[in-house]
Amino acid sequence: MHAFANPAKFLSLSRPMTPWLFWGGLALILIGGGCGLFLTPADYLQGESVRILYIHVPAAWLGMGGWSGLAIAALVQIVWRHPLAGVAGRAIAVPGALFTAICLATGSIWGRPTWGTWWEWDGRMTSMLVLLFLYFGYIALARASAEQAGGMGENGGVSRVTAIFALVGAVNLPIINRSVVWWNSLHQGPSITMRGSTIDSAILWPLGFTVIGFSLWFGAIVLMRMRSILAQNKVEARLARMAREAA
Amino acid sequence: MALKSKHQRLVLALIALVAIIGAGLLAASALKDEAAYFYVPADVKFKGFTPGKAVRLGGMVVAGSLAHAPDGVTKTFTVSDGKASVPVRFTGIAPDLFREGSGVVAEGKFDAQGTFIADNLLAKHDERYMPREMEGMSYDPTTHKVTGANQP
Repeated sequence: MHAFANPAKFLSLSRPMTPWLFWGGLALILIGGGCGLFLTPADYLQGESVRILYIHVPAAWLGMGGWSGLAIAALVQIVWRHPLAGVAGRAIAVPGALFTAICLATGSIWGRPTWGTWWEWDGRMTSMLVLLFLYFGYIALARASAEQAGGMGENGGVSRVTAIFALVGAVNLPIINRSVVWWNSLHQGPSITMRGSTIDSAILWPLGFTVIGFSLWFGAIVLMRMRSILAQNKVEARLARMAREAA
Repeated sequence: MALKSKHQRLVLALIALVAIIGAGLLAASALKDEAAYFYVPADVKFKGFTPGKAVRLGGMVVAGSLAHAPDGVTKTFTVSDGKASVPVRFTGIAPDLFREGSGVVAEGKFDAQGTFIADNLLAKHDERYMPREMEGMSYDPTTHKVTGANQP
């Protein structure tokens, strides 16, 4: 793993990967979204509104997957002191928060015609809202610790407290996942489980395209953000050196 | 033999993580009843009800129980969870997905006779999604197989 500790090595790998992830992801999103809008049948009960599924589910998956990534990056930072772990954590936080917000917004729009409400404080919705607030907390902590360090610094400005916050916040992930099983909730139970899917295959298949497409896109955003954070580090280091030499 | 500091940190971090997640899950499962979004008819049957207290009641609308009052806006129906059932009266506009045999969450309160007077209805649907042509086919929740007479 420390083979990629050298930012130059990381950059030489991430630079060619970014356009593949970005354009490949976009193509899959457009294929999945187009098929989901025009080819798949309407649901027997919900009618056409079921099609919001093709955005809602990938957004939920990436909102939770993003925090899993934050927690893994935090663990790598604390245990192995990997220099890119903090950079990765910081790069993941913003798109993770964005997809969590998309999940909440699409869920709200979907809830109005199906359930008859924009928002209810049931277990699934509340725990997902808590995830969004956790992201805000992480972003604020990372920014504060970067400012305190006087620049991004070697961990991308992610202090140890910020990393511990990411680990502690991971407790929310199993709660989100189980919220519809433990508690009576307005949100329906899980459709896709180890035993199969209760979404009919005629409706299900474009979801695979959009989930993989948005995931590739997420990867592209994270790589781009990591590169921009590394570039910013370089600029700050050079400015500091120039200031020293001028003095 | 002393552990390498990297391994020491790994062990400490993992112990801390397991402890935090364990604590979180314990707290969440302790909340089980309190964090329920609605009560089911079995709760009402076995734990009783307080007339006039605002609660939510959830369950399935029993097929054949839905009746419309002559005033045109009042509906009466029975909500069941398979163990018990509660009569419900609702005056207002129901969501499109509200129908017999489907899930419902009613907001309101009990009257002294045990009838639930709902002032808002929310439709709750289950985890199945399927095309319209397949409606009415039977579904096995353990095998996830859908079977029906008009399937080839």
